[in-house]
Amino acid sequence: MTAFPFGPAIAAAIFIAFCAITGAGAVIAALSKRIIRGVCGLALCCIGLAGLFYFLNSPFLALMEILIYVGAVCVTIVFGIMLAEPEEVLEGESRRDALVWGSCAMLVGAAFFLALSRIGLSHPWIEPASRADGSVAAIGVALLTTYSMAFEVISLVLLVAILGALVIARTGRGRA
Amino acid sequence: MNPDAARILYERPDAYLVVAAFLFACGIYGLLRRRTLIGMLIAGELIFAAASLNFMALNRFFSPDPVAGQVFVLFIMGLAAAEIAIALSIVIAIYRNYRSIRSREISELGG
Repeated sequence: MTAFPFGPAIAAAIFIAFCAITGAGAVIAALSKRIIRGVCGLALCCIGLAGLFYFLNSPFLALMEILIYVGAVCVTIVFGIMLAEPEEVLEGESRRDALVWGSCAMLVGAAFFLALSRIGLSHPWIEPASRADGSVAAIGVALLTTYSMAFEVISLVLLVAILGALVIARTGRGRA
Repeated sequence: MNPDAARILYERPDAYLVVAAFLFACGIYGLLRRRTLIGMLIAGELIFAAASLNFMALNRFFSPDPVAGQVFVLFIMGLAAAEIAIALSIVIAIYRNYRSIRSREISELGG
């Protein structure tokens, strides 16, 4: 395959590093007390996810992931945090309640994790005999031919979402 | 048993599926446990990320047409961006009315 010495080993190490970044980001996003650290965790998770997309033969989606999630979604959430000051104070919940409900939520999460991994690992997936081209050029052609209707509808949805966001955020303004 | 057990780690779908399941579990935990609307929004984004990764893994290894999954994940990203824009504007409107976005205190509806 490759003439570079230890090429697969280095690639596997980079892959494990990206998996660890994704997992660590998700844990920070779910567990951190301060909400701004949660956003940083989400950004970290998305960077790791972009790396995993690169390993899945899709550099286009890796770039889009960084562009849309880290560049747009996380920055927008940071603006929302600065405007709405969501301090997570643990008032009205005793230490025991926090422990009980925290472990309940942890249990539900663990059950989902085990069930999904079990389904994914034990299902007899069938590999296709032949595979079409999955390059960026093929994505561009597909977006403008097979999926052109969905593409247009998505752009309409985005337009309506922007207008709706402006309208909703504006209406309460007189009272402030 | 598994024919691709001899393959290197990043060319097996198992690793990607497990990471996606972990992201989904983190998202569910955050959704149950967070007390502010923005925290729940972040957990929802984690679930979106898990779904995208699952789509991409199955698309890369088991789909005869690798374009379909990539286009679909692109659409997921677009819809997630639209959802974030709407949800944050709702959060800011709620904050204007209640001076708080803690989910415990937002308990009345009115027209």
